[in-house]
Amino acid sequence: MSGLVLSHIAKGFKSGKVLEDVSLNVNAGEIVAIVGPSGTGKTVLLRIIAGLQEPDGGTVSIDGVDMTEASPESRGIGMAFQNFALFPHFSAFDNIASPLTARRMPAGALKEKVDAVARLLKIDHVLGHAPRELSNGQKQRTALARALVAQPKVLLLDDPLRNVDAKLRYEMRLELPRLLRSYNAAVIYVTQDYKEAMALGDRIAVLRGGRIEQWATPHDVYAAPASVEVAKLFGDPTINLLPSKVEQGEFRLLGRNVPASGASGAIVAGLRPEHLTVSRTETAGGIPCELDAVMPVNVRSVLYLRGPAGEEILATVGENEAAKFGRDHRQVWIDFAPENVLLFDAATGARIGHQAH
Amino acid sequence: MERVSALERVIRTVLILLVLVFFLFPIFWILLMSFQSNDQILRIPPSIVFEPTIANYATLLTGKLQTTAGNLDVAFLKNLGNSMLLSTGSVILSLILGVPAAYAFARFKFRLGENIAFTLLSFRFAPPLLVLLPLSLYFKQLGLTDSYFGLIWIYQLICLPLILWIVRGYFEDVSPDIEHAYRVAGHSWWTTFRKIAIPLAMPGIAAAGLLAFIFAWNNFVFALILASADKQPVTVGALAFVTASGIQYGQIAAAIVLSVMPTLLLALYAQRYLVQGLSLGAVKG
Repeated sequence: MSGLVLSHIAKGFKSGKVLEDVSLNVNAGEIVAIVGPSGTGKTVLLRIIAGLQEPDGGTVSIDGVDMTEASPESRGIGMAFQNFALFPHFSAFDNIASPLTARRMPAGALKEKVDAVARLLKIDHVLGHAPRELSNGQKQRTALARALVAQPKVLLLDDPLRNVDAKLRYEMRLELPRLLRSYNAAVIYVTQDYKEAMALGDRIAVLRGGRIEQWATPHDVYAAPASVEVAKLFGDPTINLLPSKVEQGEFRLLGRNVPASGASGAIVAGLRPEHLTVSRTETAGGIPCELDAVMPVNVRSVLYLRGPAGEEILATVGENEAAKFGRDHRQVWIDFAPENVLLFDAATGARIGHQAH
Repeated sequence: MERVSALERVIRTVLILLVLVFFLFPIFWILLMSFQSNDQILRIPPSIVFEPTIANYATLLTGKLQTTAGNLDVAFLKNLGNSMLLSTGSVILSLILGVPAAYAFARFKFRLGENIAFTLLSFRFAPPLLVLLPLSLYFKQLGLTDSYFGLIWIYQLICLPLILWIVRGYFEDVSPDIEHAYRVAGHSWWTTFRKIAIPLAMPGIAAAGLLAFIFAWNNFVFALILASADKQPVTVGALAFVTASGIQYGQIAAAIVLSVMPTLLLALYAQRYLVQGLSLGAVKG
């Protein structure tokens, strides 16, 4: 089997266990995004894969070879760090060349490779500079070039866009996938930003509580989240969560009876803001709500509503629509389709009907 | 820029001059004395204008002293050589031992780590006189009295704590991720230590080395007790100028000027490393 395989990785420190049981695999040419709030051990996992830390249990294999005990320099991995970690006393050229000097590449071939990757990342004009003379965007691309230049089989990217300004981050989000796919490496991309994960990842691993809570394509993570926490993590504005109780196969949601298949007892009903239709005039079957505030966000607007029982509800409408909702609060009518309602068990948070694999 | 009034500037200049005079005047006076004969030095009132003589330097460099009681051999050049040997040897040994140790203390947390580091530092607290008696007994037992090897070993008490504590701080300031990046790129631990850790900590290593050299050079008591005349450094050798026919102030002054030269030259050379590292921004987190 090719690519990177992690099997039951566990790691604990004096302060507690960080990783309990993490297993995943990344094929060559695939990008796996690992998402999770800060402190969940994403960086620890990357360090274990790179060989900078030893796991308490589990194995790391690259292309079928067990690398758990191997030293970092023998794993053939490319890594880009969150804080760039460029060598301050080397020029940008020497920074990028360092994986090649380790492989004792002759100077001519080395220069070719460094120039090629620098051209690809558009930093060929600053190769002679020292890191302190580079802008943040250039430093980030130098770190990326250093990770890519030796064409490693496994590429580890630790939140490389975190310390970069918003505009550049957006540009790189479009450039990176194309760039990474041309190298055909197994890529792990760690991020706290779910949008980045959905834009870049072929598959997403949600890391929470030291385990992979969900391991699926971006679409499935969004449309069929494994639990309340995953649903809350993926979605902006956050999903509406309304507690309810299933009685005789039905539960009440915003004053309406909704059939519940396969659920019973106390549940939490999730409804994404974009699945609500809002109207200023009374509609048949519409639920009356009070409009508290309108917040424009990019090309949409978020409406802050108060439901019939006083619940806080968020809905999104396009920017053309938003203009019609005036500033003073007023009565609106909302509607939703029952098939868009996600059901979660109130006690465990797990989604009812989610297939764990 | 704040506007500094003319008065403030004048006061500031005057104060700076006063401080400079306070610190530099003794050195200036000694320099003058080294070019004067004994009579000129002891003249009252002392004057800055005089006829310079290089007799003092001649005596030191040729090794012959003419006094009213006859000719004496002056072993100043031998003493200077001993100082160079002892100080250079001690600093090199303490760098070889101390820099890797400082790295270990900076990067790894091991049991009793802080205890060991503090114990090494505590060697600097004790005045050498305190340990001299038991030391001389041990030296006799081990046969180390009157040997360069024994002296260099003892000088580690002076040099090693400095190297350890100063260089450890500089290694701690280098972000470990920089070393990790070099290792993941494919280099062994030793290459990373040589090419990344040491160059980035170089200002600290240069500063600590220079300080260790100065302290080793200035040491008096260890060499006085634990070595015989032919191995004594310049600090002890200066005693020889207190002769039966009087204290040769001129020669002492000339000896001081010559003794300060090596350390001064070393400091001027090491300055390059001290400044270079600070401008890299490597010391920032």
